Order: sequence, then structure tokens, then C-alpha cells
Amino acid sequence: MNSGNWQWDTFFEAFPVVVEGLGITLGLTIATYVFALIFGFVWTLLNAIRIKPIKWLFRWIMEFIRSTPPLVQLFFIFYAWPMVPVVGFALDPFTSAILGLGVHFSTYIGEVYRSGIEAVDKGQWEAARALNFSTGQKWTKIILPQAVPPTIPMLGNYLIIMFKEIPLASTIGVAGILNLANSYGSANFRYLEPLTIVALLFLVLSYPSAILINKLERRMNRRFDKKEQTGSKPLKEEKEGAAS
Amino acid sequence: MTEPIVQYQDVHKSFGDTEVLTGIDLDIKPAEKVAVIGPSGSGKTTIIRMLMTLEEPTSGDIIVDGKNLWHMEKNGGLVPADEKHLRQVRGDIGMVFQHFNLFPHMTILDNCMSAPIHVQKVDKKEAKQRSIEMLEKVGLGDKLDNYPSQLSGGQKQRVAMARALVMRPKVMLFDEVTSALDPELVGEVLEVIRGIAQEGEMAMVLVTHEMEFARDIADRVLFLDNGVIAEQGPPADVLENSTNERLQTFLHRFRS
Amino acid sequence: MIINAIAEIFPTLMKGIGITIQVLIGSIILGYLMAFIAGFCRLSKNPVIKIITTFYVEVFRGTSLIVQLFWLFYALPILFGIDLGSDYLAGVLAIALNYGAYMSEVVRGSILSVAKGQTEAATALNMSSFQRMRLVIFPQAVRMMLPEFGNYLIQMLKATSLVSLIGMTDILYYGDILRSSNLSQAPTVYFLVLVFYFIMALPLIWLTRKMEAASKKGVAS
Repeated sequence: MNSGNWQWDTFFEAFPVVVEGLGITLGLTIATYVFALIFGFVWTLLNAIRIKPIKWLFRWIMEFIRSTPPLVQLFFIFYAWPMVPVVGFALDPFTSAILGLGVHFSTYIGEVYRSGIEAVDKGQWEAARALNFSTGQKWTKIILPQAVPPTIPMLGNYLIIMFKEIPLASTIGVAGILNLANSYGSANFRYLEPLTIVALLFLVLSYPSAILINKLERRMNRRFDKKEQTGSKPLKEEKEGAAS
Repeated sequence: MTEPIVQYQDVHKSFGDTEVLTGIDLDIKPAEKVAVIGPSGSGKTTIIRMLMTLEEPTSGDIIVDGKNLWHMEKNGGLVPADEKHLRQVRGDIGMVFQHFNLFPHMTILDNCMSAPIHVQKVDKKEAKQRSIEMLEKVGLGDKLDNYPSQLSGGQKQRVAMARALVMRPKVMLFDEVTSALDPELVGEVLEVIRGIAQEGEMAMVLVTHEMEFARDIADRVLFLDNGVIAEQGPPADVLENSTNERLQTFLHRFRS
Repeated sequence: MIINAIAEIFPTLMKGIGITIQVLIGSIILGYLMAFIAGFCRLSKNPVIKIITTFYVEVFRGTSLIVQLFWLFYALPILFGIDLGSDYLAGVLAIALNYGAYMSEVVRGSILSVAKGQTEAATALNMSSFQRMRLVIFPQAVRMMLPEFGNYLIQMLKATSLVSLIGMTDILYYGDILRSSNLSQAPTVYFLVLVFYFIMALPLIWLTRKMEAASKKGVAS
């Protein structure tokens, strides 16, 4: 490996090369995210199955996908899936990444949906029944309008989390920023500058998004009259202390 | 004349732009029982919170047993107190809170024992003995190993009193200690306070809405209004014979 | 036939399990350590300490682990003239610094969310600020941290698979070798690798449940 300190020349030379991959990285992020959002529903629906053994089976499959490394799942889709007898077929790196990472994160997204629905107060279901709504009306008029908004910040968080997992796809040859930085590195024996550029790009894109989502979350909480943190009783006390 | 144990000298307190207390002067004698009444927002809780060092006065001095609480001498001048000074002076003061504030991760006994052991460096065996005695006195000798979450509100408040008493303070502060309780549990807590008051030697300041109770045990009642002590004197004078119009209105709301 | 394949694959993958577990344990210890150090530093009143810690936390949370891993692996020796000496150190450092940054937020949030009345009660008992933290705030905060700390255990286990990318001979590394020597075996190989990780995750999942249960006890209501 080449030694020597930070070189600005290399930095400026590598910059356009690395930035070239930004479109792919962002495109893959969006595609994978959309896939996970849709596939997440599948888990939520499977979870609603009332037949115990089937429900149990899917919970374990979900747990399996969730607690094993996405990198290995990615390799499975890319290298192993074409070799699976009968059903297997070859996939290009980009599609493999969407599937491999998308399925992994859909298990988390599914949980977000579930928590949203479960967070709706039990009284709301009872009220819907008492007012004699049909099943369809119950969901569209009562449950979903309350279940969806609180999940939006959580889903936003997962977008950022997934964005940061997307460079895993460079390992199967998706030419995103990390992949291009590594190729630049191996061609020029300089890894420091291109990798720093990748880090900077991630920081510049994810940090403001995180702040944005944080703001969104606070606004949601206020709208739905939730406390910002658990144990907020002291807040009330503080006010009383100040006032009485 | 005995020296007062606590003196407030022209104490002011603001929260942001609102001045809650606009000049409090008050002497509390050792063993004196003082009840503080007044409409909400009048600053009665703030008065005792400043004495407990939970709130810093905007100006003025609070003297505890001859020592300035919020200021200390340094190089011949007075400077804001540091933590060491605050701890030295507030050691004589104990407090019971509206919401009990028991330590949920400790048993009832540990709630009482932890401060004597760690703060006063009392021998562990003695701290335990003192704590058990005190818990028995408040009628909870059979709950030593329970956790706060297993107790009723009234029991929690009695533990909180035992916890404060184990420290043997010279002044005890009670911050609306019955307002968070279900009505049927108020009695048992007041009974314990009455017992403590009858023992005598400790000064007590009670911020309260229980007028009957204040009349019963207090030597002096303060009516706080608009950030000042608007009326004070023996319970009978303040609660029955005062001509202060705002006090009349205030009391009237309680009677009806 | 499948049985034969498994009999062949299994012992090879076993060779990598030691490295995976070593990296995991190193990451957990160093990661929790970083979480507490950074969590407390962010609560410090000293502005310099606060700014430095905030910078660390935001940089490591704002970029991705795989980038940090490569960066530490390639860049650190160049930039600071430090030869990290082993891939092990680079791998553990990357995972620990990354998850330490995330978990420091858990530490900070938990400490801040201990009810204010607890501090006041401790003050009324004349405890010093250190005693308040040690006897009253911290023991309650730790209970709140437990469920999230449990979740991060599984995240860290998953993250250890990345060290194969810097040439460490963990489970995935041996899986990749098997795959490249016989591509038709790939499905069995990677499925077995996943099963290996899942088996290691099971005790962590169990532990997480335990931690969740423990945290429900003894927190101020």
C-alpha cells in the first residue's frame, strides 16, 4: 500500500470519479426502500393469520431473516439463487441488491406497520363497532388515519438506515459510490481520499435528513398529544413548581 | 427570644419574565409549625423549594441556622454557593413531595437507609435500625422488603416521610403532600404528620390545601398572594377573623 | 447427497466461528464502553468535551459501517502512521465505534428520561451530584437501556460478517471460499452460513427478551 499523507490532488481527482456513483447509490436506495415498504405489508398480513402453526412459522422465518446478516442474504440472492434447482434464475447485481436488502429490511418495516396498528387505542375499535361501521369503513375511516401518521417518522428513519446499508451492494459489483471509490483505490493505490469522499457524501446526505425527520417526529408527537419522552411526569411537576 | 432557624430576607424569584415572589421576609423559629396557604400560582411551593435548594432565588438571602444558604464567604466577599457549601447548609432540611418521589429501584427499607449511609456516613447497622424504627412509626413495619410500586399512594407518602425523618432534619418541608392522593387515603397521611408535629422539636413548613388540618396543627398560617405574604398570624386570626378581602374569597371557595 | 454436502461444508464453516465470536465479543465490550463514555460526555457541562463527543457521534451515525470499516482499514495507517497491526483491531474498532455512537444516544436518552422528581428527592436527602447519579439516576437509567442494548447485540452480531471483506477468516469468509471452489454448492453453503448466524443469534434474542423483562421492573411510574 502506498504510504504518505493526505493528498489534495488525489482528493480532487477522485471526487468526480466517486460522485459518478451517487445516482446508482440513491437510485438503489429508493428502489430498495419502495420494495421494503410494499413487502413489509406482506409480513403484516401474514402476521394477522389466525391459524397458529402458520402464524408461528412465518414469525420464525421473519425472525430468521431479521437476525442474520444482510450481507450474507445478499450473497445468497446473487450467488446462490441462480444455482437453486428448478426455481432459481440469474439476477443482475442491481436487482439482487433490491431483493436481498429489500427483503431484509421489509421485516423491520412490517414491524413498524404492526406497531402503528397496535398503538391505536382499543376504545377506537370499540367505538367503530358501536357506531356500526363496516369492516372497510372501520379501517379507512377510523384505524388507518390514526395508525399511519405516527409511523411516518419511523419509516423515515428506516430510509436513512437503509441508505447507509446500501453500500453493501458494492460487494456484488453495484457501481455505487463505495464501489467506485474502491476501484479507484485499487487502481491508484490510494484509498484514503476516495473513501473519505464516500464518508463525506454519506454525512452530507444523511445528517440533514436525520434532523428533518427528528423535526417531523416532534411535530407528530405534538399533534397526537404524545409526550416526547417517557417519564414526562416531572415536566408537569416543573410547571407546577413554577406556578404554585 | 430564640434565634430563628430559618430566615428569608427580601427574597425574590422570577421564572423567565414572571416574578413569582416579590419580596419575602419570614422568620421561622425552631420547632415552629408554619402552614402556607394561597391560590395556585401564588408561589407557595417555590418558597420551600428554594429552601431545599431545588430552586435558586433571583435575589435576597435565605439564612439557615445562622448560615447563608445560597452564598458563601470567599476572600472576604460573598460569592454564589458551590455544591459543597449547599450540602453543608441544607443538611438540616428535609422534604416530602407531592408525588412522593420514592426510588422505584430500591426496597422501602433501602429507600430509607441509602441517604443515612452514604450522606451522613452512619454505620450500616445503625442506619438499618433507625430506618426500621421510623417505618414502624409510620405504620409500615411489615413492608420493609416491598418495592414502592407495590404500595398505595398513602403508604408511599408515609414511606417518603419516614425517609426524610431518618435524616433527623431540624426543618421539615411538606409540599402539598396530600394533593396527589385519593381522598380516602388523605387521612392516614395527615395522621402521621400530626404525630410528627406533636413530638415537637422539629420546625415544619407545610404547603397545603387542607384548611382544617392547618388550623389544627399550625402555630402560624401564612396567606400568600401576588408574590408576597399578604396575611399571617395564629390560625384562628387568619382563617376566621381576617378582613383581607382576597383571603376571604380564597377561603370561601374552600368552604363551599 | 445434500447430507454429504453438508458434511463437507459444515467443518469448513466451523473453522470461521472462532473469529466471528472473537470479533463479536470484542465489539460488544468496546461498543458498550464507548456508549457509556460518549453518553456521559454528551451530558457534560464542559463545552469542549460536548462538541468533540457530538462530532464523533454524528459522524459515526451519519456514515455507514462498511465505509467506516474500509476507512479504518486503509486510511488509518496512512493518515496517522498508526499501523493498526491487525485486521482484528480495525474490524472491532469499526463495529464498536459505530454501534457505540448509536448506543451512546440510548445512554444519554435514558439518563435524561429518569424523572426529575428523582433528582429532587436525592437532593432533598442531601446527596452530592455524584451520589445522585450513582445511587439514584444511573441504576434506573440502566434498566431503561436494557431492551435497546439487547437489540444492538443482534445488530453487532450481524455486523461481524463485514470483517470478511477486510480478509478476516470468519464464517462468511470460509463460505465464500467454498462457493468459489464449487459454485453449484452455493445455495447450501450460504443457507448454512445463515443458519450458523441464526444459531448464534438465538441466545442473544433470548437475552434481549430477558433484558426487556428486567427493564419493566423498578422504573418510576
